[in-house]
Amino acid sequence: MQEVLINTDIVAEENIPDKSKKGFVALSTEGLTVTFDSRPAISDVNISFLKNKVTSIIGPSGCGKSTLLRSFNYMHDLIPKSEVTGKITVLGKNINEYDSVGLRKKVGMVFQKPNPFPTLSVFENVIAGLKYTGNNKKSELEEICENVLKLSGLWDEVKDRLKVSALALSGGQQQRLCIARTLAVSPDIILMDEPTSALDPISTSKIEESIFHLKQNYTLIIVTHNMQQAARISDYTAYMYLGKLIELASTRKIFTSPSEKLTEEYITGKFG
Amino acid sequence: MLSLCILAATLAVVPLIYIFFYTTGAGLTSLNFDFFTALPKPFGEEGGGMVNAIVGTIILIGLGGLFGIPIGILTGIYVSEYSGSLMSNVVKFITDVLSGIPSIVIGIFAYGLIVLPMQRFSALAGGFALGILMIPTVTRITEEMLKLVPHTLREASLALGISRWKTTLRITLRTASSGIITGILLAIARAAGETAPLLFTSFGNSFWSTSLDQPMASIPVQIFNYAISPYDEWHRKAWAGAFVLISIVFIVNLIVRVVTRNKYSGSV
Repeated sequence: MQEVLINTDIVAEENIPDKSKKGFVALSTEGLTVTFDSRPAISDVNISFLKNKVTSIIGPSGCGKSTLLRSFNYMHDLIPKSEVTGKITVLGKNINEYDSVGLRKKVGMVFQKPNPFPTLSVFENVIAGLKYTGNNKKSELEEICENVLKLSGLWDEVKDRLKVSALALSGGQQQRLCIARTLAVSPDIILMDEPTSALDPISTSKIEESIFHLKQNYTLIIVTHNMQQAARISDYTAYMYLGKLIELASTRKIFTSPSEKLTEEYITGKFG
Repeated sequence: MLSLCILAATLAVVPLIYIFFYTTGAGLTSLNFDFFTALPKPFGEEGGGMVNAIVGTIILIGLGGLFGIPIGILTGIYVSEYSGSLMSNVVKFITDVLSGIPSIVIGIFAYGLIVLPMQRFSALAGGFALGILMIPTVTRITEEMLKLVPHTLREASLALGISRWKTTLRITLRTASSGIITGILLAIARAAGETAPLLFTSFGNSFWSTSLDQPMASIPVQIFNYAISPYDEWHRKAWAGAFVLISIVFIVNLIVRVVTRNKYSGSV
């Protein structure tokens, strides 16, 4: 699938080099297989995600999109009887060289449903990842809090309500709070698992807007059910089906002239 | 169906209310200032109180709590957050069995373990027995409250690079705290009223004593001693003691609720 990536027009335009030049690839996998209770959820996935780009992963339910995403920050550790084989390279280093805490600081994650910590205030939620890993300088934390809330487009709405419960915010605001919380730890890569599927259209557009700004400094990998969303926000799109990566190419190519017949059928709504 | 439920609820509540008012009525009449400040007097002398038993009960519960609550909470965390292993299943089974053991057996256990080697009854032995009594209640409620915390919160915390232990302590436990506190109160309330495990551990004491290695008076044992006596005066004292015991449990409930009231009440 690597060839597909490299042959796309956008890649040519922007002169993206091959995989040997590590600097441009934020995360890549070789022969990645994840099994639950010895049944494979994804098998033999080879995929690369370019730095400072937004890559969407689309595909029908159960195709392994989330499983793929969750193997990038050791989330499968929490599930008994899960097994991850194959090679994952994160920021030029083999994933095995990171411990789970170190990896998750580099690779942040935003979940499907907004999940702010219910017992913490807005401010405490944003800085939780710093405070509970040892950073206690109040002035520094306040500065970071303001910065990341601005990045996630929430600052103007909550700057006077930093001390209220995070649950007092609306669903869309909670999700942007979760994005801010992830940014506060200053990861290089941000994984988003259907970040807007539980939100209304207005909240969705606000989050899409912040995603657009975020790619200047971060690499984003977004799993989405919504093909229009993938088309709107991503530079590259990967199509997965039955646990396999079918195609990865520039978003324009995937949605206009996909190389694979399966992709075309999904895009045009023949199934899925 | 609804009427059946209402009937059952009434049947459940009526005895409680009746006990409460009856005890209050019978207890209040012989309750006076002396009761809280004076030591018990031998039969025949007027007046006297239970100050030693009131303080004794508080000390014994404190000792029991100091020992039983941390162990109970940590065991609950282990069983809930590290479930699946053989060890945690064994621990869960044992605490379940422990919760069914009659309290007098726990008293005998403390007697054999502490009283016999020390060669005397002591507050320490009483506190130990009450602590053991608290463990299963606290463990069970901690486990159940932690299991109610949505898995997504743990994932969110871990995904921020917060270690598993900190996640449990700062996020999961905190989210479940109000439920766990309720469990602790239940355990304290149960321990406060226990007579059997104290009969041959802290034994009872007619005099003022706060030394932990000496026998210590407690309200339930004092009530027991007064109630089985043939004297009306002592019977009235027993009622007053019962009233004070109920009040202490009530007040402990109230204080802990107010003090630990969750800032954001977002917990389960």
